[in-house]
Amino acid sequence: MNQKQWNKKDLLGLEDLSREEIELILDNAQSFKEISQREVKKVPALRGKTIALLFFEPSTRTRASFELAAKRLSADTISLSSSTSSILKGESLLDSVKNIEAMSVDLVIIRDASAGLPWQVASRIAAGVINAGDGCHEHPTQALLDLFTIREKKGKIEGLKVSIVGDIAHSRVARSNIYGLKKLGAEITVCGPSTLIPLKIEKMGVKVAYDIDEAIREADVLNVLRIQKERYSIDSQIPSLREYRRLNYASRSNKSWAGIGF
Amino acid sequence: MLLIKQGRVIDPQNKIDKIADVFIAEGKIAQINPVRKDGAFHGGVGLSNGVKTKINRDNCEIIDARNKVVIPGLIDIHCHLREPGREDEETISSGAEAGAKGGFTTLCCMPNTQPVIDNQEVVKFIYAKAKETKINVYPFGAVTEKQEGRKLAEFGELKEAGVIGLSDDGNPLLNSGIMRWALEYARVFDLLISVHSEDINLSKNGSMNESFLSTVLGLEGIPDIAESIMVARDLQIAEFLNARIHFAHISCQKSVELIREAKKKGIKVTCETAPHYWTLTEECTRSFDPNFKINPPLRTREDAEAIKQGLKNGTIDAIATDHAPHSSEEKELSFDKAPFGTIGLETALAVGISELVEKGILTLSQLIEKMSSEPARIFNLCGGNLSVGSPADLTIVDLDKEWTVKKENFISRSKNSAFLGRKLKGEVVSTICGGKVVYKK
Repeated sequence: MNQKQWNKKDLLGLEDLSREEIELILDNAQSFKEISQREVKKVPALRGKTIALLFFEPSTRTRASFELAAKRLSADTISLSSSTSSILKGESLLDSVKNIEAMSVDLVIIRDASAGLPWQVASRIAAGVINAGDGCHEHPTQALLDLFTIREKKGKIEGLKVSIVGDIAHSRVARSNIYGLKKLGAEITVCGPSTLIPLKIEKMGVKVAYDIDEAIREADVLNVLRIQKERYSIDSQIPSLREYRRLNYASRSNKSWAGIGF
Repeated sequence: MLLIKQGRVIDPQNKIDKIADVFIAEGKIAQINPVRKDGAFHGGVGLSNGVKTKINRDNCEIIDARNKVVIPGLIDIHCHLREPGREDEETISSGAEAGAKGGFTTLCCMPNTQPVIDNQEVVKFIYAKAKETKINVYPFGAVTEKQEGRKLAEFGELKEAGVIGLSDDGNPLLNSGIMRWALEYARVFDLLISVHSEDINLSKNGSMNESFLSTVLGLEGIPDIAESIMVARDLQIAEFLNARIHFAHISCQKSVELIREAKKKGIKVTCETAPHYWTLTEECTRSFDPNFKINPPLRTREDAEAIKQGLKNGTIDAIATDHAPHSSEEKELSFDKAPFGTIGLETALAVGISELVEKGILTLSQLIEKMSSEPARIFNLCGGNLSVGSPADLTIVDLDKEWTVKKENFISRSKNSAFLGRKLKGEVVSTICGGKVVYKK
């Protein structure tokens, strides 16, 4: 990565990044995509570096992606999951993190069910921290991937109309995508049942729609989120999954989806 | 005998604010003599061993209070001393020492201990431990058994054992019917209920104020209406019964407005707030530092402003610390998993001086009133004034001294302060309780 332009220790959220920094990452990702299509999928960019993967919440795709990326870049990895971590055994966060730091780790990748944990860790250790998803807060690498995909398929992001549909309240992807897309010049509508759209989200510079057809009508891109069942009791915020389906927020058979390329 | 010499003596209750010598004998205030222009010594007569004795410089231990203020000892009507049950976090003894360092001579501790203070045995235990400390410690009794909100505790038994008030602090009383009987029954024993107003069906698992910021941070929110709805409910119950009621830790504009209107209507209501509610706002949550996780949560700047105005115009009667110690193992977790609370005994006065007096919201005398004489009046406690014959509970403060809040300087067993790193003005140099110096810098 171009050291002249990237001078942050951590990658925590897209709220903290400038347009230039986001574009820098996307441009670099382009060349790494080629590497993944080669016969020998390995480059020495991170040789000699140690990366700790701290996944305190179930994850398949994100975890595999990070591990694959680390290995293809020649880094050594150690993995810690919540079932083997001391955080659950009464060791304070500070102690656990200091112990990890004592292993001379260069980079820590954290996934946790609690919003803000990567920030707490980053402020306490010298190693770089990458947020692989914190609670309902941010998921910067997923958002960067979404931005990358949109840019690849549509050729640009500036001026595009993007509708983010589903459970906005409990989605870290929605928040990170809103920051990223806004910074790259897209117009955003969030759409879902009103109980799953968090308070005053308009202040993030997005439009709010409750009607899926309205959200789809003018959209160039749709970003469809799943219901985050694990984060709240569905009963209190929407009556049932079948009523949710009736509203068509996540239904791929909805006719109005035709013609939108995502 | 003790002579506190030439300090600026402030006693809001007796409307005193002058340079004077304070004589202490037999643990009581014996005399307050204005310092003469020529600086000459007044002398006078005080009681010593029950005998009227001529006071002079020779038979007094002298504390020089020049350029300092001498105030009635502070009274905290809301703190958590964790004993019995969580002595790793605080004890009555460590809490009392922290209190003395903060200028407090009386602490009233909340009953959410393990076991809960809901019977005479636990009250007796608190008093036994309190006796070993150098300041006054009085317990609140629980409103309901085990603070479970189902069955009233035996108020008569509790009163007899010496509780100074009742509270289910920490476990809000959701059942309106029980609250009604509690307020009604408490009257028999002239006990005041300190109400923790929170509808937990609205606050759920929230960990910060619900607002645009909670949306941004992805943290579950606690809306201000979770507090104000319960304030409104209990004001109506108090009005219906013509009963007295006290609201603990008021944090938001809506509650202040409700209480102001209730006072105008003549409802017998008093309330307290805590230093963090006028000094800090939800913006602190951006750091995800669990020391800013407090219940009720830190609110918006408008709410903090409303708290200041409420203090200024008298809607808010008193300032309490809501001192809530937590072990670092439990507090240093992610924001949503950490327990609620900040310690406050050692910072409350300085935060009051720095953020209310220095900024022109309250006069020093008004601040002392809200931290000493009003708490005493509300819960009918001894102290809160420097009247001759009153117990010699007083605090000497250096108003100009600036200091920075640091973890290593806390006496409290827990270090979870929301004010860590903050520069404050005003420092306690000496605390005297019952005529004895209980803290000296």
